[in-house]
Amino acid sequence: MPRQRITIAILGLGGQGGGVLADWIVQLGENADYVAQGTSVPGTAQRTGTTVYYVEMMPQEGPVDPVLALMPVPGDVDIVIAAELMEAGRAILRGFVTGDRTTLIASTHRIYAIAEKSAPGDGRASERRVLEAARERAQHFIGFDMDAVSERTASVISSVLFGALAGSGALPFARTAFEAAIRAGGKAVEANLAGFEAGFAGAQGRLAEKEPSAPEALRTEGAAGRALLARIRTDLPDAAHVFAVEGARRLLDYQDEAYARHYLDRLAAISSRDGELLRETARHLALWMAYEDTIRVADLKIRASRLERVRADVKAAPGQIVRVTEYMHPRLEEICDTLPAALGRSILASPRLSGQLHRFFAKGRHVETTSLRWFLLLSLLAGFRRWRRGTLRYADEQARIDAWLGLIRDAATRDPALATELAKCQQLIKGYGDTFARGLAKYDRVIAQYRDGKLDAAQLRRLREAALADEEGGAPEATIARVGGSA
Amino acid sequence: MAERSFKAEVEQLRIGAGEVFHGEGILAVTKALLQSGVAYVGGYQGSPISHLIDVFADASELMAELGTHFESSASEAAAAAMLAASVNYPLRGAVAWKSVVGTNVASDALSNIASGGVTGGTLVILGEDYGEGSSIMQERTHAFAMKSQMWLLDPRPNLAHIVDMVERGFELSEASNTPVMLELRVRSCHMTGSFVARDNRRPSMTVAEAAESPMRDVDRIVLPPANFLHEVEKIEKRWPAAIEFVRTVRLNEHFGPAEGEIGIIVQGGLFNTLNRALELLDLSDAFANARLPVYVLNVTYPLVPVEVRDFCAGKRAVLVVEEGQPEFIEHELNTLVSRAGLDTRIVGKDVLPRAGEYTGAVIRDGLADFLRAWAPEHAPPETPVSTPAPALSASAVPQRPAGFCTGCPERPIFSAMKLVQKELGAFHVSADIGCHLFSILPPFHIGNTTMGYGLGTAGASAFKPRGKRAIAIMGDGGFWHNGLTSGIGNAVFNQDDNLTIIIDNGYSAATGGQDIPSSKAENANRRTNNPIEKAVRGVGVGWAKTIRRTYDVAAMRDAIREAVTSSEKGPKVIVAQSECQLNRQRRIKPQIAKAIKSGRRVVRERFGVDPDTCTGDHACIRLSGCPSLTIKPNPDPLREHPVAHVENSCVGCGVCGEVSHAAVLCPSFYKAAIVINPTWKDRMGDRLRGWAIGRLQRWADRRRQARAF
Repeated sequence: MPRQRITIAILGLGGQGGGVLADWIVQLGENADYVAQGTSVPGTAQRTGTTVYYVEMMPQEGPVDPVLALMPVPGDVDIVIAAELMEAGRAILRGFVTGDRTTLIASTHRIYAIAEKSAPGDGRASERRVLEAARERAQHFIGFDMDAVSERTASVISSVLFGALAGSGALPFARTAFEAAIRAGGKAVEANLAGFEAGFAGAQGRLAEKEPSAPEALRTEGAAGRALLARIRTDLPDAAHVFAVEGARRLLDYQDEAYARHYLDRLAAISSRDGELLRETARHLALWMAYEDTIRVADLKIRASRLERVRADVKAAPGQIVRVTEYMHPRLEEICDTLPAALGRSILASPRLSGQLHRFFAKGRHVETTSLRWFLLLSLLAGFRRWRRGTLRYADEQARIDAWLGLIRDAATRDPALATELAKCQQLIKGYGDTFARGLAKYDRVIAQYRDGKLDAAQLRRLREAALADEEGGAPEATIARVGGSA
Repeated sequence: MAERSFKAEVEQLRIGAGEVFHGEGILAVTKALLQSGVAYVGGYQGSPISHLIDVFADASELMAELGTHFESSASEAAAAAMLAASVNYPLRGAVAWKSVVGTNVASDALSNIASGGVTGGTLVILGEDYGEGSSIMQERTHAFAMKSQMWLLDPRPNLAHIVDMVERGFELSEASNTPVMLELRVRSCHMTGSFVARDNRRPSMTVAEAAESPMRDVDRIVLPPANFLHEVEKIEKRWPAAIEFVRTVRLNEHFGPAEGEIGIIVQGGLFNTLNRALELLDLSDAFANARLPVYVLNVTYPLVPVEVRDFCAGKRAVLVVEEGQPEFIEHELNTLVSRAGLDTRIVGKDVLPRAGEYTGAVIRDGLADFLRAWAPEHAPPETPVSTPAPALSASAVPQRPAGFCTGCPERPIFSAMKLVQKELGAFHVSADIGCHLFSILPPFHIGNTTMGYGLGTAGASAFKPRGKRAIAIMGDGGFWHNGLTSGIGNAVFNQDDNLTIIIDNGYSAATGGQDIPSSKAENANRRTNNPIEKAVRGVGVGWAKTIRRTYDVAAMRDAIREAVTSSEKGPKVIVAQSECQLNRQRRIKPQIAKAIKSGRRVVRERFGVDPDTCTGDHACIRLSGCPSLTIKPNPDPLREHPVAHVENSCVGCGVCGEVSHAAVLCPSFYKAAIVINPTWKDRMGDRLRGWAIGRLQRWADRRRQARAF
């Protein structure tokens, strides 16, 4: 007798509406005179963990009810629905997806797991590997970004998944039967039907794919830009052009034309023409030169484009009033950084003075940028740009940059790969306040080790990666020594 | 009352004979209790039986009509003790909880009730939280049934059958004067299905009637000499009566052919999984027409020796499919087979795994091994198919440990603890049961042990500090369950010097948001609003502090720091109070929607991160772990690491901003307040500010344009 039972596993995260989807599917089966049974294992999974819902159904024939199972058996699942890409990966790992029978319907968007989010650098899992496995392992694979579709249709992902299930043709029911199940649910019917419609179209490949945006052309707007672009073209290898242009643009915005020229001078001083080296140096030098001082932060916070971005982020309707409050915590150190170098240094050097001043900066400030008072204050601070070259922080940063460039220049001719790794060490310096201090300390330790240890490129890379992954910067000496020495 | 309403479910409880009930397994049990004429019901919430408690809590009207008493017991011990009402009177009573943890708590009362025996039928409904998705230690309730000699039902997962077993369970209890346990596994509790209902029955005697005409029988009280009498009675009267009942009413079932060289004995709850495994080996079909004899134990304790003898007789080997360990049934079967003088070989844990859940694949593989040894003609080929190389390595898919919900008020408590630990070094932290136990997981990594519900403080009591105090965590649920006495009272009496942080979120949140004595909600049927601080001061705590907004990370941090560094001796208690966000959202969402609709001014707050100032260090995430605080690709072409990003699911609790303040992280967080239905003052102010700020911005933009690339 041919197999008549249909087995469906739904994997998702708690709160994604897997229960609603399972209910619809059960309803769908029952309406079509199937015996349908759903079950689940919520447990602690409802709090951000993985949930698995499982549905089985069979045509009702005769008086005896079939015995339906309560959990999927690997190799025996007809349809796997995954409400997120890594959950599709988990279904594959658990053996639910097999080439002889499984239709895999998955949203390809990502909800990052805590380990991915909390890594100090980039801890994201590879999407490509899961997508490849999905294509390879499933009999049919239907995957697209259903989260984006649900947002566009103002619905929820479960309705898009349900639409994709209908559109996949994996169940022997007409589209109208699916829609009837949504209507019978009685909740947010219009929105759910809109999501369903889009999901159905998506499964049949009828959704317009967004064109991948082409990289921005190397275009200029002003005379300054034209001059800088010309220099970039003559001074630097092709591989470095994109980052150098972006760097020059950044530094014009950050300071002025002279600063951007200084940037190109510094790049030109590297005697190697190695594309990779100059590309990475162009990237990291620009980032370092555009260090985040209070002036820069104020400048970025008050821009019209920034307020527009905030409105879009929080999904404010046109004309809706949005008030924006920043959480800022400038400490005495950051204030002194913005003062003329001599003054700032002497305050920090005097324990009595800085001790007294510290208490004024012990608390974080709620800065309401959309109020006139704070806007003016931030504008004033942003206006300090013209005196930035006189600040303590400027002096400190330029000295650090010059020392770093010195190391890169030294290494550039004999070992461009090593010089490239040195350039990338700028990654370690991140953030503000304590985070910045920790990052700088990590950088200093890595560089000190480099100077002492005569490391090669691979060793230096491992050292840098270990330092980056050491989240609190607590006990890196030993780690760094070990990693550095283990080449 | 709990913020979630179970009105629809309550309506289903009213349906009468011939109507079809649709719903989950645990709700079917709820209906079955009413059909059995139960006089009283109690219990303590917990997955997977919370729904039973929730629905009864919302069904006060129906219960009053039927004359059935329901109460949300203070603990499983309280619930079990409630069964005392069935000792002297023909009252049917039922209690429910999560097992084995709840059964542990209830054990004292259970031993007593099992010793003295019952007149009215008593049923203990147990959600067996074992296997996938379980949040507790992996043990078996079976041991409790055996040690107290209470009968254990493990019904085949089929709603009609489960309902039937509830009613038979009461009868069994009455026939044998013994309390009966009904065990349901997690998936059976949540399994959907339907059955044809019967009418609800009023109890033949109500608890009020019983109280009005007291009866007493000193032989039912556990005290010498009756306690010795009870043991003899159990063996000589109740046990034989139970076996007689199980056999004559045919509670156990047979599937497949009557005869065979081999056979299978299975716990009722595993029958569907076994049948699937048989199907996959071509030895059964979807209608359980098995090709091997299968004996289904819907009663797993006691076993019926005659039935076992009859089933095993003439078989060379019998496979027993028994989940969990130790393998009590397998041991008992060996004894019974040998006493019956049979040479049938009982095969169990030698082909099936000793530990872990019996999934379809596990049973299929064990069954295949059994067949190869005892009936090769039925066995599948040795290597069915060469299993392909895994398409993915396990490390390719990140784990998703449970974590706090978006906007959870417990998160800032642990952020604050992390900040205090940064200053003062790590502490020994005795954790408790509840959502707060997620602190042991990333990103907080706080907590050394957990010893049971409400036992956080007791778990730290051995630590009598010299310099550094230990910290105990306790939830409000655990506090009222037993922590007030076992933890706080104990600490006062023994002159502890540790800190207890009591997390007061207004609900028994982890079990589904039920009310407890300190809940803030007004509840028509319960007395709420009993402050925890008053209770701890009442048992003698001198240093107690209530923080009314846990989201104030700096205040939370300062309070903890003060408590662990204060020169004052004696137990210290911080009551960290803010409403469970899951329940709060459930409560306020409809209110807000209504306010917006009626044109009232509403301010929606949510948080965001500026990608151009975020440097991608993610320290904010390591101190928070909020689901709505995530990462996204860096929009800056020069930067490589993803930036922090707040999703639209943000509920505006403010922890990310407060953490960034308290930990001096970065200026990237902002709070956006969106004014819905603004007043004319809002609009006027906005227009004025917009005009002035707009002019300044345009001027700045022009200057920036002049130096643009």
